[in-house]
Amino acid sequence: MAQSKFRVPTAREGLPVLGIENLNVRFSTPEGEVEAVSNLSFDIHKGECLGIVGESGSGKSQTFMAVMGLLAKNGKASGKANFHDVDLLSMNRDQLNKVRGNRMAMIFQDPMTSLTPHLRISRQLTEVLMIHKGMGEQKARKRALEALDMVRIPDAKSRIDMYPHEFSGGMRQRVMIAMAILCEPELLIADEPTTALDVTVQAQVLEVLADLKTRLGTSIVLITHDLGIVAGLCDRVMVMYAGSFCEQGGVRDIFYDPQHPYTRGLLRSVPRLDQPESERLEAVPGQPPNLQRLPKGCTFQERCTFKFDRCVAERPLLREIAPGRTKSCHLKGFDPSGNAVQG
Amino acid sequence: MTTTLLKVEDLKVHFPIPQAGLFAKPLPLKAVDGVTFEVKQGETLGVVGESGCGKSTLGRAILRLIESTEGKVVWMGEDITKLPAAKMRAKRKELQIIFQDPLASLNPRMTIGDIIAEPLASFYPRMSKAERRAKVSAMMQKVGLLPQMINRYPHEFSGGQCQRIGIARAMILQPKLIICDEPVSSLDVSIRAQIVNLLKDLQREFGMSLVFISHDLSVIRHVSHRILVLYLGKIMELAEGQSLARAPRHPYTQALWSAAPIPDPEIEKNKQHKLIRDDMPSPLNPPSGCVFRTRCPKAQDKCASEVPVLEAKGPEHFVACHFPD
Repeated sequence: MAQSKFRVPTAREGLPVLGIENLNVRFSTPEGEVEAVSNLSFDIHKGECLGIVGESGSGKSQTFMAVMGLLAKNGKASGKANFHDVDLLSMNRDQLNKVRGNRMAMIFQDPMTSLTPHLRISRQLTEVLMIHKGMGEQKARKRALEALDMVRIPDAKSRIDMYPHEFSGGMRQRVMIAMAILCEPELLIADEPTTALDVTVQAQVLEVLADLKTRLGTSIVLITHDLGIVAGLCDRVMVMYAGSFCEQGGVRDIFYDPQHPYTRGLLRSVPRLDQPESERLEAVPGQPPNLQRLPKGCTFQERCTFKFDRCVAERPLLREIAPGRTKSCHLKGFDPSGNAVQG
Repeated sequence: MTTTLLKVEDLKVHFPIPQAGLFAKPLPLKAVDGVTFEVKQGETLGVVGESGCGKSTLGRAILRLIESTEGKVVWMGEDITKLPAAKMRAKRKELQIIFQDPLASLNPRMTIGDIIAEPLASFYPRMSKAERRAKVSAMMQKVGLLPQMINRYPHEFSGGQCQRIGIARAMILQPKLIICDEPVSSLDVSIRAQIVNLLKDLQREFGMSLVFISHDLSVIRHVSHRILVLYLGKIMELAEGQSLARAPRHPYTQALWSAAPIPDPEIEKNKQHKLIRDDMPSPLNPPSGCVFRTRCPKAQDKCASEVPVLEAKGPEHFVACHFPD
């Protein structure tokens, strides 16, 4: 496969917190190899919130499972994932364990299965600090209480000695965030952190994340399918489809001036509460592609209303269309009235 | 005036929850607690609320997939709450359901043709095979499935296509009412719009009523003519969709609306959240008076002592609150 010439450029100077170069993730299955992530390159800078948007199977979670060294046994990652100046992909398990949970942490979608059911929250929280920071139990407990306060768990002093099942879903997700921020990580990866939660609780959890970004300068990666929460929290957005990027740019550019047909389709297919009701939604036609039978050309061609000869013949590479913006589409762009312009 | 198909009167569904101790009495979990509303012909009634508010139980109680504890379900003028099973079965021709998990609600060992034809086979056993097949093919086309897929099995289809199969199965008897229990919640964003459009198209063509249960406000707003907001088994607000979306009057509805993210950075970053704290209280031990009072920014003494009744506060706009806007 051709290498993409462009690194997704970043707005900020200096060394990124995380620099991904030509990341590939492959899974071997009984039906053959599947490439879940192909040739991704991007950076995340300090204090930045990056949104990764895509549907199931687009590779958005596997990208970061690879970064964290959490791929399933049949998965293999290649390329580079530089955390500051060290490559995470070349580390062995012991080396990774010194970084994971300490300088970078991850929150998962399902807060029930991410906590150990038979251990008190206090034990699960202090353990992290005792291992990573070598703290004594007293000091660790004090720090754990601070973290619970930060994520606004009411009455943390008595709650800390409870078991996970004694918490509600929203509370559990907050405990997960508290655990993730104990060591004040530089990078927090949140994989669908609010998908299992109700909207009112989702709003509370998002507030906690926004707070982390402003108060501690944590870099946050928000992996989600919900465009609404990306709009509120993220500075930059990357849209993924079938294992690679369609489009990348500042949050305003992506929402107000999407240049890839898939991004446009996604934005138009969600009904909006703040707009007058329309009779029909503009759905993206067709089904997501089978990763094992990707077409030769553009992976989105079967669902694209702007398809032309070149899309069938040749897979578009990621190219820069404006400072800080890239897309992989053969179309030159869209004019202000929304008509496609061929290149 | 269009005819009223379904009337639900003071419906209650209480589940007994066993308590610790040999002689302890089970506590009632009030999943649905005194709910009254109507569904008119050709109308979509949206039922919205957070998990545990009783919206799915309500949908199932209407179809008597769960038996109610008290109250009545009146279907086209006839009380079906206590109807014997054999008579109830005849009504099921007119009342159908679509489930949330499209794959789990299809039998993996049956071809999709057999799945869609099953209601026909059980209600019209004398119908010839050829006629059944023709009806199934026609319905498959209506829901956007290729008729040549008729001999395939559910696992060969994606989530969105499985939901189309579920819809075809519910539609094949041409029912008068379909309960849609979170029909798009497990689908990807781009597929969701396809299914929502399909349901609207089918409604336009066949004129059936829908009770559309969802936790997604924007989807509910899009499909519903009227919206019913549930909280801890009780109706908080019931109104025509537009007026509920434009000017919600119950503090809970307002909080729900404000918490729903809008895909627009400018709006979302400048939004003044009317955040409500904490989680929904346990339905085993609901607050006295108004069930929402523990999270309500406007709660006063009266709210703890008196249960607010659902009252008309405007044309077709009902609110259960002592201090509505």
